Amino acid sequence: MRTLPYRHALREAFDEELERDPNVYLMGEEVAEYNGAYKVTEGLWKKWGDKRIIDAPISEAGFIGLGIGSSMMGLRPVMELMFFSFAYVAMDQMMNNAATCRYMSGGLLNCPIVIRGPANGGTNVGATHSHCPENIFGNMPGLKVVSPATAYDAKGLMKTAIRDNDPVYFMENTLLYGIEGEVPENADLPDGELIIPLGVADVKREGTDVSLIAHGRCVLTALEAAEQLEAEHNINAEVVDIRSVRPLDEETILNSVKKTNRAVYIEENKPFCGVGAQVASTIQEKAFDYLDAPVMRVTSIDAPAFYSPPVEKMQLPHSAMIIEKVLAM
Amino acid sequence: MATTETADPTNFAAAPVNAELNAEQKIEMLSEMMRIRRFEQAALKYYNAGKMGGFLHLYIGQEAVAVGAVSLMGENDHVITAYRDHGHALAVGMGMDECMAELYGKITGCSQGKGGSMHFFAPDKNYWGGHGIVAGQTPLGAGLAFALKYKGLEGCAMCFLGDGAVNQGAYHEALNLAGLWDLPVIYVIENNGYSMGTSQKRSSAFKNCLAERADGYDIVWDLIDGHDLYEVRAKLQNAVERAHKESRPTVVEIATYRYYGHSVADANAKKYRTPEEIENYKNNFDPINLWRKRLVEEGVVSEEKADELDKAAKAEADASVKFAEESDFPTEEDITKHVYWEVDNGTDAGNTGKHFFH
Repeated sequence: MRTLPYRHALREAFDEELERDPNVYLMGEEVAEYNGAYKVTEGLWKKWGDKRIIDAPISEAGFIGLGIGSSMMGLRPVMELMFFSFAYVAMDQMMNNAATCRYMSGGLLNCPIVIRGPANGGTNVGATHSHCPENIFGNMPGLKVVSPATAYDAKGLMKTAIRDNDPVYFMENTLLYGIEGEVPENADLPDGELIIPLGVADVKREGTDVSLIAHGRCVLTALEAAEQLEAEHNINAEVVDIRSVRPLDEETILNSVKKTNRAVYIEENKPFCGVGAQVASTIQEKAFDYLDAPVMRVTSIDAPAFYSPPVEKMQLPHSAMIIEKVLAM
Repeated sequence: MATTETADPTNFAAAPVNAELNAEQKIEMLSEMMRIRRFEQAALKYYNAGKMGGFLHLYIGQEAVAVGAVSLMGENDHVITAYRDHGHALAVGMGMDECMAELYGKITGCSQGKGGSMHFFAPDKNYWGGHGIVAGQTPLGAGLAFALKYKGLEGCAMCFLGDGAVNQGAYHEALNLAGLWDLPVIYVIENNGYSMGTSQKRSSAFKNCLAERADGYDIVWDLIDGHDLYEVRAKLQNAVERAHKESRPTVVEIATYRYYGHSVADANAKKYRTPEEIENYKNNFDPINLWRKRLVEEGVVSEEKADELDKAAKAEADASVKFAEESDFPTEEDITKHVYWEVDNGTDAGNTGKHFFH
């Protein structure tokens, strides 16, 4: 099968959806003429022109709010935040308007908007540019939160997100943009295109002894840890990629835990009220009798993101952290 | 602009958009203002009787702005406003029953009891709320205009805000986008002089007026006396035409006045203003009294007919109270409706994965 870098897979999703639906447009800082700060949208402006691919000024509250307003009128904006950390300057628009206007109108309107961008640490850009707000937005009813780990998932989930009639906050990762993964040609797919529903987890590695559950880049970290656990400790770990934080595929998580009887949640979030906290609560509530050990979590070390490159590496989840937890269970 | 090229530019009654009004349309606007006034008086009465929750931000005194602006709307013209939204809602054609029931928190309310006073919506009437956060609606207004332009429709978005909203960053970001991208949006600052309890001079840095800040964004601006319906219509029509024909934004600042506090819960409403100030306004600047007087002078309406209209408005408001009183409250099952479109519509997407975690 052909392989594509994660960013290229996203770009294909945009290109196909721009082709399919004239109401889809892309907007963000440097997405058009500059070809995207991380080159995710490279070439799209040249192909689709000023109307569909729009450079926004550095004005997140303004242009994100504008996108939300336009979505109420039936457009399907795909808004790039150069860093998802910049969501915090657009928070009123993202939390009060996109998330609640449908509710407060008693269902009279909806906001089919995608807000996307990288939400990760590990690039030595300090605390202001390293936020992972999956848990914050996942906490808000009305919003959907997606965090793909692979090129395949990035493309399939993005196409679904754009077609979804609710606001979807799509959290990518600058460290994944260059990673190649298998993405089939449309001609090789039975439906002629790659569509992955939100709310369906993917078992990325079958195992019997412990469930490593994760989202985003931590799925890759979990896979790496699983290989080491098998090679060095004869422990056969299953890796479950939830892919979307909300809606959440609880069934796949619980089935995995019922099989392995042990669970660790791995995420870049900080631990307090992280996604893993929600998942751990669900497991203890719905699979308590199957557990042979407490549900453990691997998160970033609980402090704002460290700048210094070697220390930031230590702060973020890495395979040694996971192995240590698993061995202690 | 063609609309104000009259012999006397301050003779707003002679502006084409007003000269073309027939008696029926003029009476309709009187009736609309009376309906808003009577609706809110009824709301105030029952709010004070403990029938409603939350806040009640009254529009009383500002009726000519919403009625004048909405009277200019065509098929592709849209409205969005802040939390003082009852006047705009009734002006666009929402019914008193659904609005009063919403204040009562009933299932028959316009938002089925989920929004309350600050969050009325009627997209089918081009009315996009009803927004609770000061200036939060201003980027949305730019977005409505953006969508019109994107779709190639000749229309505009009228985005209302109070004078207290002009110091929020979102408003300035929206102005920049509107100016930069030639958006057909009209920002209507309803200046009632008070940013909640803080007067304009204690809350805003400005040279001559608040609208003048639009100069910095190369946006045309204007000042309007909000007590005169003819003036509101004549001057706003210029902005509407600018949006329709040139796809350019406008900022207008409309001088108006609210009789009551910021909200009914504003305990200091009568402390930061003198009783004389309020009385003077009621006697000399009330937009309904002024319009009524004008129509009587023009021979369009008789005092008796005007009294009848007012009586009918009051009866309609009383009936809406009865409707609201007799309606049911939403139930616990309603709490998780209208959160997700896909769930409400029972689609595959709405049925995949867990959406709620209670």
